[in-house]
This record gives sequence, structure tokens and C-alpha cells, in this order.
Amino acid sequence: MNAAVESISIFEQWWQNIQPGIQANTLNFWENLYKEIYMNVIQGDRWLQYLRGLGVTLEVSFFSILVGLLLGTILAILRLPQVQNISGKGRGFLPTLGAVIVRGLSKFAGFYINIMRGTPLLLQVLIINFGIFGTVRMDKVIIGVIACGLNSAAYVAEIVRGGIMSVEKGQTEAGRSLGLSGIRTMIYIILPQAAKSALPAMCNEFISLIKETSILSYIALTELTKAGDYIRSRTYSAFTPYIVSGLLYLIVVLTLTWLIGKLERRLRNSDH
Amino acid sequence: MTTDIIISVRDLEKHFDEGKLKALRGVTADIKRGEVVVVIGPSGSGKSTFLRCLNLLETPTKGTVTVEGVNITDPKVNINKHREKMGMVFQHFNLFPHMTILRNMTLAPMKLLKKKKADAEEKAMALLKRVGLADRANAYPSQLSGGQKQRIAIVRALCMEPQVMLFDEPTSALDPEMVGEVLDVMKQLAMEGMTMVVVTHEMGFAREVADRVIFMDEGHIIEEGTPDEIFDHPQQPRTQDFLRKVL
Repeated sequence: MNAAVESISIFEQWWQNIQPGIQANTLNFWENLYKEIYMNVIQGDRWLQYLRGLGVTLEVSFFSILVGLLLGTILAILRLPQVQNISGKGRGFLPTLGAVIVRGLSKFAGFYINIMRGTPLLLQVLIINFGIFGTVRMDKVIIGVIACGLNSAAYVAEIVRGGIMSVEKGQTEAGRSLGLSGIRTMIYIILPQAAKSALPAMCNEFISLIKETSILSYIALTELTKAGDYIRSRTYSAFTPYIVSGLLYLIVVLTLTWLIGKLERRLRNSDH
Repeated sequence: MTTDIIISVRDLEKHFDEGKLKALRGVTADIKRGEVVVVIGPSGSGKSTFLRCLNLLETPTKGTVTVEGVNITDPKVNINKHREKMGMVFQHFNLFPHMTILRNMTLAPMKLLKKKKADAEEKAMALLKRVGLADRANAYPSQLSGGQKQRIAIVRALCMEPQVMLFDEPTSALDPEMVGEVLDVMKQLAMEGMTMVVVTHEMGFAREVADRVIFMDEGHIIEEGTPDEIFDHPQQPRTQDFLRKVL
């Protein structure tokens, strides 16, 4: 008999041991605690459901962060004063038509950020799920990534824009004076420095995003919150399933905070 | 010294704040190949703006800047190509703080001149040796003194093998005891025949190294000539007045 089977049988054994107490309603605190844990975590391998939910939460969060970072950075660059007021002449690196398009995109970026930050995420999720993909069969995970990613991009854009504007103007001038194009200066010189100063605010945004994916339970995506809720509907325990879900969120967020803290300390080594 | 003209500036004007501030009010000058031109003048005289117009860090409001026969104020000109040939050194060094010294120096040559990493590093190390900072190649800018930073900024620009070097008050942000080491590098560069335009308050440097001194005030060139002419026999009252105050 291997160890795993034996340990399960121990849990079963304890469960059997408290049955008389359950019948007579005479459980003490510890027995009651065990009863809750057994019903909500062990019985029917329910812990697997939490882990699957956690997996979905991590998957949605990871790709949403990716979408948010990428789109948010583009939005941030479009919102920079030098891009907003691009003339398309006088510098000679953009034809006039290009300048018109860039200015249009810049206006759109401002509009987009206002809409996304000005309306509830839940509403956006519902619109994307029932409105845009209402008649199309689409994986809920993808819908979740689109909704959370598009929303997060608006917040990331403002964080990145703040980071970019905190980099001294002389850095851009030094890059341009060497002959680097505006785009290369942005990629090699400005963004790495902007990322450093934006890191704490960015960490905040990632944490918010991970927790906000719980809203996706509204569109029947079985992520961590929905997994807990589902178990509650089977066991009628009002606390335990949510607390288990909550602990798992906490572990994820604390791990992320720790990792970003480490990254921050490493980046600080080159501080001026 | 050959006499071909490398930079030609005609009727240059630069206005800020929609014309409320006129930094340059019609400047005309020629820079010859191999020449060291020092621009002096009081604060707000437009001398830094003049320098920054030469590589279009400031876009001129009116007038033309012609570099090696090409009018770089023409929007169709690829200014990046021209900037590769014009090194610039700033008052506040503007080293890239997130990169090592070596990476500061090799970034542009690798991206723009398509140099291989080893070649770019070899060139950078040779230049670092010349300014006595080879042992700091893997340090970050934050670990250097002001004088060291500015010497690095100079050789970073030299890594692009420029035709002209522009210096925008290169010693103004330095502690007095570090001015000398930076000026020495600049003197050496001048002796090697580099074309240099230097905006500075270092009158000693101007007198010793300049082929020509330009005195600017209120957006105009008031007077220009050899160091002897400007420093010993200034013709214009404003030049005399300025020199009386600074010398």
C-alpha cells in the first residue's frame, strides 16, 4: 500500500471518528474545523477544483498582464506630448500623412483610456461576453483575457506615461544626438529607465488585475472565486470554500510582491 | 588647416513660446573643417540654442543649417544620418544610467554603424585607455565622478567617429578641481584636428585652444575673431563690457 492511499485513509478514518459527534451535534471546535476542511477540501478530491480554478486565474492573469503591458505601453507612447503634437515636418522622419495618422491615434488613445477607466470592469466584461462574442462560441478564458487585458491597458498606459515623463529630457537628447531614431531612443534608453521608476505602481496594477479576474465568475468562467463558490453550492459551507480561495489568492499576490521587490532591488544597483 | 566649410549657418532664427522669446535673431556663421570655434557670451545670449540648432536638437524657426553641402533643416533630410557624424557633449553628461560605461559607448556604433560587438568594444576600450578610464569599463555611471562622467561622454560621442564635435558648456556642472581633466581631453582632441564648436565659460580654454572666438549677445553674433582679437582688442562695447566682468 503506497503512502498516498494510506494518508487518504487516515483522513477517512478521522471522518468516521467524528460521525457520532455530527449525528449528536456535539462537535468541539477542532472537530468542527476538521469537518469543514474534510467536506470542502478533501471529500471528492475538491482540492483539485481549487487548483484548477487557481490555474485558470493564473492563466487569465498572466495573459491579461501581457496584453495590458503591450497595449498600455503603445497607448502611453501615443499620449506623449511630442507624439501628440507631431508636426510631420521639420524633423523629417515622418511624412505628413504618417503624422496625421499618429495624431488621430493619439486622440483615440486618450478617448480609450477615459472610457476604460471611466466604466466598471464588470460592465466591460458583460459587454464583451454577451455583446461582442454573444453569438460566437469562444473560450471563456480568451474572453477573460481580452476583457481584463483591454481594461488593464488603460491603467498601465498612465503608469508607463508617468514613468517615461520621469526620465530626464537629456536622456532623449543624448540618444538622438548619437543618431539613434526616436523609436530606438525610446526602446533602448527611455523605456528601461521608465520601467524602473514605474515598477512599484506597476506591481500595484498587477495585483489589482489578479484579484479583479474574479469578476469573470459572472460569465461562468470557473476561475478561483467561481471554484470556491461552486463548492459552497455543494457543501453549504458559507465560509470555508471562500477562505480557501482567498488564501490561494493571497499566496499568489505575496509571491508576486516578493518577486517584484527582488527585481526592484536588483535594478536599484545601477541607481544614480 | 584646410579651408573647406563643414557647417554653414545662414540667418538662423529660433523663437520659443510662439515668438514671445527670440533666442536667435538671425545668426550667420561658417565652421571650417578642423577649426576649433569657441562661442562665448552672457547667459541667455542664445549660444547654447545656436549650438543645439547645429544638429537640430532645436528646430530652427527660420534660416538654414548646411552640413557638408546638405541643408539639414529640409524636412526630407534624414537628420539621424547627420547626427551620427556630429558628436555632442552636454553640460549634464547625460550618460545612460542603466548601462555600463562600455555599453554606453557601444550602443550607437552597434545599432547604427552595424559594428560587431567585439569591434565596437575594441574601439571603446582604446578610447577609454586614451582618457585613462579603461579600468571603469564595467562600472555604471553612478559610480563615477563628474569629471570621469564627462570624459566618458566625450569618448562615447567619439565612438561614432564624428566629423564634428559639439560641446554645450561641458565643464559648467563640474566641481572646479575636475574641470582640468575634461579640458585636457578637449585640448588633445583639438590638437588631433577635430572640428569643434564649444560653448563655454572657460576663457582660458578659449584663449589657448580656439582658432576663432564668437561673442554672442541677445541672439546676435556681436563680434568674432581670433582669441587675441577678441580678448585683447575687443571692438564692440558689449564685448568689452562682458569680458571686463568675466576676466
